[in-house]
Amino acid sequence: MPEPLTQETISREIAELHELAAKAGGGDHPSRDYPPYRSSGLRHPHRPLVAPPEAYTELRGPVFGVADVTPLDADLTRQHAGEPLGERITVTGRVVDRDGRPVRGQLVEVWQANASGRYPHQRDQHPAPLDPNFTGTGRCLTDADGRYAFTTIKPGAYPWKNHVNAWRPAHIHFSVFGTAFAQRLVTQMYFPGDPLFPYDPILQSVTDDKARERLVAAYDHESSRPEWSLGYRWDIVLDGPSATWMEEGR
Amino acid sequence: MRPTPSQTVGPFYGYALPFRGGGDLVPPGHPGAISVHGYVYDGAGAPIPDALLEFWQADESGNLDGRPGSMRRDEVDGSFAGRDGVTFTGFGRVATDLDGHWALRTVRPGGAPYIAVCVFARGLLHHLYTRVYLEDAGDALLASLPGDRRATLVAAPERDGVYRFDIRLQGEGETVFLDLG
Ligand SMILES: [Fe+2]
Repeated sequence: MPEPLTQETISREIAELHELAAKAGGGDHPSRDYPPYRSSGLRHPHRPLVAPPEAYTELRGPVFGVADVTPLDADLTRQHAGEPLGERITVTGRVVDRDGRPVRGQLVEVWQANASGRYPHQRDQHPAPLDPNFTGTGRCLTDADGRYAFTTIKPGAYPWKNHVNAWRPAHIHFSVFGTAFAQRLVTQMYFPGDPLFPYDPILQSVTDDKARERLVAAYDHESSRPEWSLGYRWDIVLDGPSATWMEEGR
Repeated sequence: MRPTPSQTVGPFYGYALPFRGGGDLVPPGHPGAISVHGYVYDGAGAPIPDALLEFWQADESGNLDGRPGSMRRDEVDGSFAGRDGVTFTGFGRVATDLDGHWALRTVRPGGAPYIAVCVFARGLLHHLYTRVYLEDAGDALLASLPGDRRATLVAAPERDGVYRFDIRLQGEGETVFLDLG
């Protein structure tokens, strides 16, 4: 029997990699090779990435339109006959590129666990209740200002099997398209002040403190609606390709 | 502005991102239709059952403008209506099966001779880009790579109109992944 993998071991690995990053610079994105997240071990390339001489195709990208999304898709609390259990929230923000230009009319997709921390997915066997009134998927198109908005319930934390007593902080998965396929982003949004942050190797895979903070939404009292919902705000900045690539059309 | 960091797609995207007909850029029997299919493997050579692939390409005339309609919704009940069977959107999205297999039905891209691919998976903290080439000829990226590396980007013809393209995330025969800046 191998020794059970403890939080202590994982936390020590996380601390070591943070220390390295503090010296060498952590970068904006996680390293694909991040041992504290055990599943990354066999799923990252060993060879360096190759910069292609041109990227005509990747500098353009797929487009979506009003036929691809219904207005109700942005309200995750209205997809069933009844109301889901949980704390009703709105999540709003803007999608912009690295120059701060809004990404207009593009697709934003979200998925999340229910208020008890359970996904309606066969492979999720966490013994927390499913909610017949909550599926947990949504999508919308950004407006002329790059703005998106979802109404949902606050997801619960849930356990996973990375190590003994591993728990994911509450999060909403986001999938975002830019104007270029090379700007594609899939990520996770977290809630401010969650005590599980330091224990979670997926969040901590972003080793730069400032970069990691960019994954955490802000509570936004202005967007809370009286006697209805709490507001969170989270802006998204899409990476690459660099401006020179875009201009040179390399 | 500093970018928002990537995070893994995780294991539970299956009820959110894939959609019916996601890999069928053209309907069955479409003139000039080709099928591209293969497996996604990890560093131990095991197929990956929880990978998600996205494809983006020009139409046959080389047009890269793309068209909406990849994931049309039924406005009556909100269900997925699927593609309209006429519009070529240029976009495909396919989750691997439990045996790590995927399949795409499309047409040969005009212009730049490749289909762009974006790979997501549980365990992969930041997506990877690669390309499917249907021929090993006439391309600057292919020309810049040594033979064994080049071969990982070229789909193998299996029979008329059917090509095999496996993706190896790590180790022997590791697919060439791209740095797009
Ligand atoms: Fe999750």
